[in-house]
This record gives sequence, structure tokens and C-alpha cells, in this order.
Amino acid sequence: MALLTFKGGVHPPEKKELAEHKEIKVLPLPEKVYIYTTNHIGAPAKIIVEPGQKVKTGQKIGEANGFISANIHSSVTGEVVEIVKMTNAATGTKNDVVVIQRTGEDEWDLIPNHGDYTKKTPQEIIEIVKEAGIVGLGGAMFPSHVKMSIPEGKKAEYLIINAAECEPYITIDNRMMLEKSKEIVKGIKIVMHTIGVEKAYIGIENNKPEAIEKMKEAVSGEPIEVKVLKTKYPQGAEKQLIYAITKKEVPSGGLPLDVGAVVFNVSTTYAIYEAVEKGKPLVERGITLTGEGVKNPGNFIYRIGTLAKDLLEHVGLVEEEKIDRILYGGPMMGIPLPSIDLPTFKGNNALTVITKEVAPKKETFPCIRCSKCVQVCPINLMPFLLKMQVEKREYDKAMEYGLMDCIECGSCSYACPAGLELVKTFKTGKKVARALKGRAKK
Amino acid sequence: MKLNIAAAPHVRSKDNVRAVMVDVLIALIPSVIVSTWVFGLKALWIMLYTMVLAEAMEMFIMKVLRKQKDFKPDGSASVTGLLLAMNLSLAVNWWQILIGTFAAIVLGKHVYGGLGKNVFNPALVGRVFMLISFPVAMTTWYRPFYYKFDTITTATPLAILKEKGVSTLANWPDYAINLKTLFIGTVPGSIGEVSALALIIGFIYLVVRGRIKIWIPVTYMSTVFVIASIFYLIDPAKYASPLFHLFAGGLMLGALFMATDMVTSPMTVKGQVIFGLGLGLITMTIRLFGGYPEGVSFSILIMNALVPLIDIYAKPRIFGTTRGGKK
Repeated sequence: MALLTFKGGVHPPEKKELAEHKEIKVLPLPEKVYIYTTNHIGAPAKIIVEPGQKVKTGQKIGEANGFISANIHSSVTGEVVEIVKMTNAATGTKNDVVVIQRTGEDEWDLIPNHGDYTKKTPQEIIEIVKEAGIVGLGGAMFPSHVKMSIPEGKKAEYLIINAAECEPYITIDNRMMLEKSKEIVKGIKIVMHTIGVEKAYIGIENNKPEAIEKMKEAVSGEPIEVKVLKTKYPQGAEKQLIYAITKKEVPSGGLPLDVGAVVFNVSTTYAIYEAVEKGKPLVERGITLTGEGVKNPGNFIYRIGTLAKDLLEHVGLVEEEKIDRILYGGPMMGIPLPSIDLPTFKGNNALTVITKEVAPKKETFPCIRCSKCVQVCPINLMPFLLKMQVEKREYDKAMEYGLMDCIECGSCSYACPAGLELVKTFKTGKKVARALKGRAKK
Repeated sequence: MKLNIAAAPHVRSKDNVRAVMVDVLIALIPSVIVSTWVFGLKALWIMLYTMVLAEAMEMFIMKVLRKQKDFKPDGSASVTGLLLAMNLSLAVNWWQILIGTFAAIVLGKHVYGGLGKNVFNPALVGRVFMLISFPVAMTTWYRPFYYKFDTITTATPLAILKEKGVSTLANWPDYAINLKTLFIGTVPGSIGEVSALALIIGFIYLVVRGRIKIWIPVTYMSTVFVIASIFYLIDPAKYASPLFHLFAGGLMLGALFMATDMVTSPMTVKGQVIFGLGLGLITMTIRLFGGYPEGVSFSILIMNALVPLIDIYAKPRIFGTTRGGKK
């Protein structure tokens, strides 16, 4: 059978071998954690604790503030030291951060009405997920309870589990599937029950044969099917994943639900299982600490809010002068950390330490119109034309050429032989175009 | 610790523009070898001379006139130089080449802003400039292996076809004209256009390396083949066979290496098909009804002018929209 995939895309070096065979280890508790009020996209959470207050692990310290927002919880048992402002590299905004000093071992503050999901109504499950502050753990950090609440008039037909893990270097989803397959399947069934679908698909790239086997074994007898995808970046982009599995295109500007799909990352389903069955709010998750700049790359469970520095201490860094950059996430879409003293957040599936040796040092040339960018764009845009329009500040024209449809996967910049910053231009262009649109409305 | 904050992606392909240009030069090596065999060392010297001139002019323009002190040659001038030389007759002299190279590099490329900005294929700008300026030298053709003969000039297959008709082709006294000689390249013509075989080998190399807009030559040659076939079927005594049209003159060189010049050709598959169709139509119109025996250069230059328009109209359907681009 031909492998499922989409049109376009690129094949960056996978580099999965650095960490893919390392079993997940639970890291020792951090001494101090820094919890952003923006651990999700949408409105920042409203802080409900004060400096000096004692908190338990899993205790709510910030409340969802608006429709698209999520609760935040203390990830250790200790005392709130202070509330400071820090720049969140993921959202680019300066937000409040609750700093908590650990004072002892974990004392859990669990969600009260957790337990067997089959005895709960969808609404009760959504409440638990909301209480637990679960967000999309693939990196998008969209509040899961919002996604699970199917709006009136719409109907979900199937659930798609994103286990493509197409970003180079990152191996945590792979390891989660190998080590927590039963829990993940349970999580999938909880989501299916909640959104009312009969069928679920798990999309896994064919470079993870063990995970494919393991998941096939775990779903036998269930209405869940493992779909083997071609290893190609960005196979795990939501629209590309839905297309590969269902051959349906999410309409431009639309949501997966418009084609009947709901997509959850595989690690998110695990978090949902932990919240619903065990009552654990989202205070820990899996992460891959990897890259050529890490001495002992591996996969770990860590407490959200741990400083990048403290996390990397467990794996050891190479000499400072060899390190070029450290990324939240993988190399294709990862966000560079301005400083190693920044905290991690819920969407962190990896910290990738890139050495000077592997960092791109590309000579730049003028565009020779080679059409590589057109060939690789998974959305069928014409990146070279789009770049011209954005640079000329012709935002209306740029939007006509599909600026807003850009999924920011970076395939164009990766492939460009002239070394041009295509996707960077589009990211900025989208922000400006949105701001202009907002102003026009007023 | 000082961390670099660069834009994603944080990994880039190893590909670069210079590598693209070097691959094009490598793809032209078989043709250079055949040309040297058929037309002697003089052909080789013309090709090397033009390349060196082109690179020297580009260096001067970039470093002195445009004051780009850290400019490193990207190989594009060598490609232009070599392709220009391959489009010349052996009869041109050194200063004519100098003027032609100037036209190619300066008028064809740098007046537009340099690499990537030019509308017309620079090598063809140079060639047509020379064709108009030095019509005699540019249309004096040396017979294959001329160095072994006393009378060295002759007519090209396409010129014979235009002036004397299809019946003369089979019994031309100076050299054999048949599909085999046209394919191998033992016929008169521009330095690098004669051997279809060598050009196709180079083309295959570019296809394997993913360096060519493959739909342009495919549609261009198919269009020529179809139009030639229609006329051949109507009257084989008057019109040459479709394979003759494919292998004779500059079609192979034009379709495989000139029309596919990245800078001056459309970016989308749809655009490349439109481009190739237009090229085939214009080439065959000139060959069958025009005053010139050959129409490849003109057709490419005419279609080059339409590329910006083609690019805009041949946009691919954006993912998640319907055919008309509606959301």
C-alpha cells in the first residue's frame, strides 16, 4: 500500500537517532519553578495566589480568563515567592510569571471528581479537562476543553491523533507511544466519548516502526486505526495530516471541524487520560532534550515551569563556545531562547541545543526563481511572489496570494538555494496584516 | 551564555545558487566535447574566451560599478558566457564576441539589477544583438570537421530546408543530412547546438539533480513535434519530418538549456506548460512561414517577456480553496 502523505514538503536530516532509543526518565523535582500566565494561546490566566502563600502540586494558581484561555497550576509543593514579568518567547509578549520555591516532596492537589470516564457525561469530562488546564501539547497550546466542546450545529465525524512527529530531533511522542500505549489508547477513547465520534485514526510516520507496531497492538479490538504516513516534513501539520488520512482539505481560513475532523496530539491524549482517570492537572509532561550540543540526549518527564538551564543540567552541555542556539522545540519551527534562564511551558516537547557546527551558515544570493519554494510549499503558495508583496507592503495583494494560508512550516526557507528568509517574512507579514485589519475595523 | 537568535528554520538544505550554476556547467560538458570534436579547437577557445570575458565583466560591474566589495562569483556569468558561445557561429572574431558578451552581461542582465532580476535570457540577448550587428559572421556556417577540407563554409540543414526545399536535404553534397547525423551532431550550426545526443545527456543529468524546470522542454518539444507532424502528414514532399524539426537547428539547446533558464521562465507547472506551448507555436510559425530559417531564439525572447504575466495567472490552487480561488 502506498504511504499516505500530502503534496510538497521537504526531507531535512531526521537526527532522531540521538534520542529515539532512550527510555523516558522522570527527572528529579526542580527547586524553583516559573509558571507563565500564558501557558496557552488566548488570554493570560488570572493569578489567584499571592506571594508567601503555600501551594501544593497541582493546585490551581491561575484561572482561565475568557473563552480561549486555560487554568495554570503549581507544578511543585512549596511557597509562592514572587510574581514577576518575563517575556514569553513563544508568544512574544511580556507576561506575569508565578515563581514558586519548592519546600518538600509532592503533596498532590487532585481534581476531585476524577475516575472511570465511562460513567461521566461529555460535559463532566470537558469540565475536568478545563480544570486540569490541558492544552495542545504538540506545540500549538490551544486549550483542549475548547476543542472538545463541539459548537452547536457542527458535528465531529472522526478523531485524528497526531503522532507524526515530523520535526527533526524530537522523539518524545515516539517514546510515549512505546512506553504508554495503553494509557494513550484510553485517552483516545475518552476524547472519542466526549466529542461523540465512532472512529479514530492515529497517524504515525513510517520512520517509527516500533511505535506503529506497539500502537497497532494496543488498539486491536477498538474502533481506532493506525495510519502509516510517509516520513516527510511537515507531515504533522494539522491540515496536511488531515489530508493525508482523509484526503479532505480543511477550507482556507476554516477549522478541521469543517471537514468533520478533530485533531489531538498523542501526548495531549495522555494528559487527558491522566486528568480524567487520575485527577492530575497538567503539571508535568514529556520532553526530548537533544541536539549535538547535549552530551547525553534523552527523553524525560519534567515539571512545567522548570528553567531551561535546570533541565539541561541533567543532560550536560558541550563547551559553551561550541553552542550556537537553544530552541524550544525542533529545528524547523522551533523558537530560539534569548537566554538559558528562561522557563519552559506546557507546549515544550523539546529543547534542542544546536552547535555552531550544524547551525546553518548559508551564503545568500538573489532569488534566481528556481521554483524550489513553489515545489515544496504544502499549501500551494508561491512564496517568492508572496515575499515580494510583503516587502512592498502590499498587504491586500499578499492576502490575495494566500498570506494568511501560510502555515509557517518553513519548508520554503529550508529549501531555498538563495538562502532567503521566506517564512520569516511571512510571519512578520501576517502579524502586520492582522494588525492593519484590526485597525480598519475600528 | 550568549545565544544566537536567528529565524526558523534552524536547519537549511545544503543547496545554493552556486551549486545550481555549477551543475548547469557540468551538464554542458558533453556538448562542449562534441563541439570540440566536430568544430576543432577553435570552438573550445571561443567557449573558454566567452566564459572568461563574461566572468570578468561581471566582476568589474559588481566590485567597481556596484561597489559590492565582498561579491564572490556565483557562476551565473560563466553559464551565460558558455551558452552565448554555444549559440555563435565559428566565423565570429574576438571583438565581435567582446561586444556580444557586453550585450549579454550588461544589457541583458545588469541594467535590470543583476542576477535574478533580468526579464530576458542574457545569453540570447547577446546572441540576437550579434545577429543583428554582425549578420554575415553570424550566418556563415563551417562544415563539420572543416579543418580537413579546403572549402569550409556551407549551409545549415534548416537553411537548406528553407531555401531549397525538403528534397535537397537527402542529397546535399557537403555533408550527410539524416536523423543520425543530426542526432550525433556532425552537421553545421552554432557551436553548441549541433549534437542532440550530448544535450540530452546533459539534460538527464539536470533532471537527476533536480535542477531543471522539466515541463518547459517537455511541452516545447511536444508542441513542435505535433505541429511538424500535422504539416508532414499533409504534404511530406514539402515539409520536413517532425524528428528533423526536433533534432535540427537550435531547438534542443534552446528547449533544454535556454528556455529553462530559471530566472526567465515561469515558476509553476501550469506556467511552464503555457510557456512551452507558446515557445513551440512561435518556433514553428517562424520555421514554417517566417523569413528566418530558425526561430528558437526569437520565440524564447518573446515568451520571456510574458513570464511575469504567466506567473500571476498560472498560480496553483491554494490548499483548502476551490479552483477559482474562492474560500
